[in-house]
Amino acid sequence: MPRRFTRCLLTAALAAALAVFLIAVPGASADLLTPESGGSPNADDIDTLYKITLYVAIVIFLIVEGTLIWSLVKFRWRRGGPQAAQIRGNTPLELGWTLAAALILVVLTVVTFLYLDDIENPPPSGPNGLRADQARFASIDQPDPPRSGGPYLTIGVNGQQYLWRYDYAGGDQLFSYYEMVVPTDTTVVLEVTASDVIHSWWIPELGGKVDGVPGHVNKTWFKIPASKAGRVFDGQCAELCGDGHADMRAQVRAVTPDEFEAWAERQRADIREAGEALAAQRERREAEGEVD
Amino acid sequence: MEAGAATRRARPEVVLHGLRTRPRGWLEWLTTTDHKKIGILYLFTTFLFLILGGVEALIMRLQLAQPDSTLIDAGAYNGLVTVHGTTMVFLFMVPVLAGFGNYLVPLMIGARDMAFPRLNALSFWLLLFGGIAFYCSFFFEPPQAGWTMYPPLSDDVFSPSGGVDAWIFMIHLTGISSIVGAINFVATIHNMRAPGMSWGRMPLFVWSILVYSYLLIVALPAVAAAVTMLLTDRHFGTAFFDPAGGGDPMLWQHLFWFFGHPEVYIMVLPVFGMVSEILPVFARKPIFGYKAIAAATVAIAFLGLLVWAHHMFTTPTPTVVLAFFMLSSFLIAVPTGIKIFNWIATLWRGQIVYKTALYFAAALPGLFVIGGISGVILAIFPVDWQLHDTYFVVAHFHYVLFGGGVFGLFGGLYFWFPKMTGRLMSESLGKLSFWLMFIGFNATFLPQHSAGLSGMPRRIYDYSDQLDVTVYNLISTIGAFILGVGVIVTVVNVLVSLKGGKRAGNDPWKGNTLEWFTQSPPPPNNFDVVPRVRSVEPMKDIRREVAAAAVPAETVAQPAAPRSL
Repeated sequence: MPRRFTRCLLTAALAAALAVFLIAVPGASADLLTPESGGSPNADDIDTLYKITLYVAIVIFLIVEGTLIWSLVKFRWRRGGPQAAQIRGNTPLELGWTLAAALILVVLTVVTFLYLDDIENPPPSGPNGLRADQARFASIDQPDPPRSGGPYLTIGVNGQQYLWRYDYAGGDQLFSYYEMVVPTDTTVVLEVTASDVIHSWWIPELGGKVDGVPGHVNKTWFKIPASKAGRVFDGQCAELCGDGHADMRAQVRAVTPDEFEAWAERQRADIREAGEALAAQRERREAEGEVD
Repeated sequence: MEAGAATRRARPEVVLHGLRTRPRGWLEWLTTTDHKKIGILYLFTTFLFLILGGVEALIMRLQLAQPDSTLIDAGAYNGLVTVHGTTMVFLFMVPVLAGFGNYLVPLMIGARDMAFPRLNALSFWLLLFGGIAFYCSFFFEPPQAGWTMYPPLSDDVFSPSGGVDAWIFMIHLTGISSIVGAINFVATIHNMRAPGMSWGRMPLFVWSILVYSYLLIVALPAVAAAVTMLLTDRHFGTAFFDPAGGGDPMLWQHLFWFFGHPEVYIMVLPVFGMVSEILPVFARKPIFGYKAIAAATVAIAFLGLLVWAHHMFTTPTPTVVLAFFMLSSFLIAVPTGIKIFNWIATLWRGQIVYKTALYFAAALPGLFVIGGISGVILAIFPVDWQLHDTYFVVAHFHYVLFGGGVFGLFGGLYFWFPKMTGRLMSESLGKLSFWLMFIGFNATFLPQHSAGLSGMPRRIYDYSDQLDVTVYNLISTIGAFILGVGVIVTVVNVLVSLKGGKRAGNDPWKGNTLEWFTQSPPPPNNFDVVPRVRSVEPMKDIRREVAAAAVPAETVAQPAAPRSL
């Protein structure tokens, strides 16, 4: 039986290779098969929802591959073996697996809708978040406020080839590029759009991606727990947007509400200063006759 | 004796001077309207495009083998992404199935050619020139906006080069080619089946080509309209997709995916049909649940028209719409699952003969199920928000289109090559090719799931070593080259076997369907007599009768009088 031996050997080699691959791949093995999470409750909920689906998927995978490989090995042609069974179908069996497949999908649908509300709708900011009196950003005219009210921070995110601009809502003009600074334990609602081509905002640990489409505003949110203050979350544009697509990175820096206030003051002052410098320069150039 | 001689003398004279002689050599290939020759032209051309697309993929994999690689720059990489995707979808997967369909459908239904042979030739030449028009863009600048060609990136402002126009031209030419070909298949299958071949006795591959044709006819006009609008946006001042002019980039996505998702089923259903033909032959069993598989094919096609927006889960779209498209995408898993279970049940209690064609055909359910499962995961739209446009999606659709598509196609190639050429392919080279492709394929695409989950987006020419995806990419690149070698082994096998393969005879595998009734390769008219079909496995009936009567097959077939001639 040399041929059967070769086949066994090949199967064993394949199984071994797969096992080595699954075990030896460096990086946290927990992250091998799950999405990034940990920065925001919606990312955590997506992770949980994914894991539930993955467990169901693994069971189905093992059943299908198991029966397939078992049939291929067990029912291979042998000299003097039994005749192939001339079966053309089996209605109860076929109805059975149709219903079973449908049932699994019903379960997945129910689970998805159970988690959907928590993933989609932002919770209110926590007690250690940006306080209402601090939060002049918590404008009340925004649609889709958090479920139970409370202060939150709205940031307009605008994708441009090849960087992101962040406009903080309310009060004096406050904006920044590339790095978004946000207070921890505060619900941050992002209103994402783009001004040239389509971009996609994605910080994996802070939840799913949303496309910035010119002419549309797309929403998402995150709420970074207080324990993550000082962390920087990386991400990059997830929709092909031109030559610089791979370089269109983004960062979200989580700081305590007090640090955030301080940063916002500095940033506002910088912007004011830059504006004043610009005005001064224009006046100087007008005086020198360079411009009308 | 005298009377006999008189009748002989009275026979009409055979006149040859009115007949045009058939051109020989390459001119014969240029002018042919024979469905078999056109089929081979299709197969030859599309496999060339497969190799082109494969080389493009390997260059991308080389670039991604290490972080901060400087092999090619961003523009070239985006060009390769675009050209690879476009080539594989429009110039390989869809037309290669037209090639197999062209060759096999008339033979399987007992017809002497397609319904419209000249239209058939037109289909092929439009495809070839569509491909040439597209590849001409290499002489100026290939398109760089991805095979999905989303505006505004593909508008004249952001993609001023003519590459996008070459792409639009190619979509139109291959689109007309496919629609014309599809109409031809529909006319042929509806009208030219052998006597006795009712819908319930039609081979499953023919079922799948019929459904493929209807899907093409329904889906292609949407993309034809979309690319025409893009063309006028680019050159004639319209603003269908330009928000500044009152247009909307979302319109493109809806039109494109209304075509683009049925396109997926256009690409895999005929391959499923091939597997449904190959497995029973080598398991020495009838197909399990013939009607269920045919019905599932129709159901998948219908549902496939209702799921397009699951490619758009991250766009600004109301939740209720997302939920609808999640549920419709879930539904497709049911008929697809039915097919997979039916194939496994076909192998169950069979006497499986291990030929290369069976290896490839049996690998299909094993690999496709991975793409199916990841498809269900992606259909859950909150989960898709994390996975959309990452390497997880890249892995998913390669498991569907390569694991499900190309593996089945290669099975079909090994299965029908003897019929097309009269020669058997080498089994040892075939099995070597299979194992290289199987190992290479999984090594390439299995780690890509993890790369995507770790946060690696698609279509980036470079990634940071901070991202923890370096090792996945290295494995992926090594796998891709093993896969490439596997494909080359089959190409060598084809070239060697064309001249040096063992003689196949009419029916080397003990096939079930009518193509095995005629010679290998079949004569220009396919059948001198068309057998009457009495079951879904006409060749089984014929073999049984031959065994019982101990007379040649041709005698048993009982020509069914003028109707079939």
